[in-house]
Amino acid sequence: MNRQELPGASIEVQDLTRRFGDFTAVDRVSFQVEEGEIFGFLGPNGAGKTTTIKMLTGLLRPTSGHGRVAGFRVPEESALIRSRIGYMSQRFSLYDDLTVDENIELFGGLYGVTGDRFDERRAWTLSMARLSDAADRPTGELPLGFKQRLALGCSMLHEPEVLFLDEPTSGVDPRARRRFWDLIHKLAEAGTTILVSTHYMEEAESCDRIALLNRGRLIAIDTPRNLRQAMPETIYRVRTPHAVAAVGRLARDPAVVDAALFGRDIHAVIEPGAESEVGEVLRRNGLPAEAASPISPSLEDVFVSCVRRAGGAVVG
Amino acid sequence: MSGRIRISRLVRKELRQIFRDPRTKRIIFASPVIQLLAFGYAVNTDVRGTATFVQDHDRTAESRSLVESLTAAGYFRVAGASTRDRDLTEALDHGRAVIGLVIPAGFARDVQSGRPTSVQLLVDGTNSNTGTVAQGYASRTIAQWGVARGREVRAAAGAPVGASLTMPGDASLPGGVDLRVRAWFNPDLVSRVYNVPAVIGLIVLLMSMLLTSLGVVREREMGTLDQLLVSPLSAGELMLGKTLPVAGIAMAQLTLVTVVGLLWFQVPFRGDPVVLLAAAGVFILAGLSMGLIISTISSTQQEAFLGMFLVVFPVIILSGFLYPVDTMPYLFERLSLANPLRHFLEIVRAVFLKGAGFTDLWVQFATLTGMAAAGLLYATRRFARSMV
Repeated sequence: MNRQELPGASIEVQDLTRRFGDFTAVDRVSFQVEEGEIFGFLGPNGAGKTTTIKMLTGLLRPTSGHGRVAGFRVPEESALIRSRIGYMSQRFSLYDDLTVDENIELFGGLYGVTGDRFDERRAWTLSMARLSDAADRPTGELPLGFKQRLALGCSMLHEPEVLFLDEPTSGVDPRARRRFWDLIHKLAEAGTTILVSTHYMEEAESCDRIALLNRGRLIAIDTPRNLRQAMPETIYRVRTPHAVAAVGRLARDPAVVDAALFGRDIHAVIEPGAESEVGEVLRRNGLPAEAASPISPSLEDVFVSCVRRAGGAVVG
Repeated sequence: MSGRIRISRLVRKELRQIFRDPRTKRIIFASPVIQLLAFGYAVNTDVRGTATFVQDHDRTAESRSLVESLTAAGYFRVAGASTRDRDLTEALDHGRAVIGLVIPAGFARDVQSGRPTSVQLLVDGTNSNTGTVAQGYASRTIAQWGVARGREVRAAAGAPVGASLTMPGDASLPGGVDLRVRAWFNPDLVSRVYNVPAVIGLIVLLMSMLLTSLGVVREREMGTLDQLLVSPLSAGELMLGKTLPVAGIAMAQLTLVTVVGLLWFQVPFRGDPVVLLAAAGVFILAGLSMGLIISTISSTQQEAFLGMFLVVFPVIILSGFLYPVDTMPYLFERLSLANPLRHFLEIVRAVFLKGAGFTDLWVQFATLTGMAAAGLLYATRRFARSMV
């Protein structure tokens, strides 16, 4: 074994690429994830999030490039990696026809968790998933939120160093999603490195750092706050009773990069450097100058801005 | 050590799922019963009570004696009689009769005077199997009647009168030779005795292929396969965990079918159970590897089912299960040598009916073992490759 004890780095990826025929699903992606970090993959469907995770977990061979997970090389040492990682896919992937306990027992056995340690981990999983009273129920009967927490518990039975979560909360209601994220934060505090993919912006907000992926390319990587601050354009919220009529005119204005409806308001992205002309822009589009006020961009705005600057269109 | 735990947990999980799923349970328990009943009762190539239409233009004690000789053994029964040609044709056309017997006028006179005479036998060829067998029985019975009758006439006349009875296309049975046919191993030529042991081969093959391929493909479809693949489970462990329960179930079914065959259908078992079990073990490996190969090329259960159909029909037809391999055209006869079911059926039938042992069957054993080994090797490699 040539495990490298790099202080800090749990995941390292260098020029990771995967092609399916002519289609490049993941294109020379490089990044590092520190130990105990919650690292988010944000991007639309088809951006390459799942493909990247599959390569790092050994489910898919990279076409080129390399990486390390928990100190072992991808893909050569994926057999060693497997016992050190947990994986939860976007599809609920426990056995519906087995009971809660039978699922726990199966995955405990597969990961070599036995004896007292198993009893302890089983109890932990049941209480974490709030299923202590439902251990004998068929898993298929559980509400989705419980299933997802159980799946998380099953992928955590062996207390892995690195946890890969591929859109773990898709389809789960907001309350269950929040509870799920509380768990993720607890795990990270205990030292587990977490790589999580999502297309929910508010989930991306609670990551330590996020990587923005589009069309297989990594277009930005930083903390949510830095990404927002680094956005060159300013966003203005425009309040007007005629928002629907005004938004089209604004969008065509040369000083406006983009304008879109957000509820009853318009969010207008102003060309960098043109901020002083906002009043003028509004007036020439038939709106009062005081209708606009600058707002802090959302991650979605950041994402769209990054894609625009990268010169591409958003997939999906 | 931990590998063994992983495999045993996987086996336990497989068994739980198999016995919990009503659909799988039906496949496992109902299909052997249905096939046993079908091949024990319904599929019957025996000639028994074959419907016969008699057109007797002679209407004498002589002609009635000939008809009686046919019905006496129970192989034929008179389904109708008339002297009009149209009635006979209609009976055959509408399937009311399989055999038509035409006795010409003057039949008795010819027989009694020792002149050669003839009767006509019409056979419905649309059911070639029964038709051929019935034709054979009928010709033999009629010829024997002719020989016996001729001898009596000669004895009565006290003179060497050469009486013989011939039929068109079958003038070969000379009066002097008494042909006595005896079928060994299955003296009454009951097709059930031949078919029931073969059902074992069919069930073992279907089960090991079906359960293996569906078991793997269902997990792929559900997404649970990925969850297993990211675990420390190796491809070999996963394969064992998936196939061991299937092999166990196939063995249990073999025992069940054998016991029912012996007790209910009274099929003789003259051989050594050890030989049968050994052959079944090897044959199951061959079936499992076919199932695994199908699983590597199918991404949905539907595809796996279609793959099964593609494989199963040629395998059954080229096995000697329903149609004897020896009568196939040369090319197909050769092709059937590559069919594990053919070799297994030869072993099963020989063990049941002839009491054959390893020394008699070593060629079939060696071939089957070779096939199982090659199949398993190929399946393992394909399987391992399809996993990453």
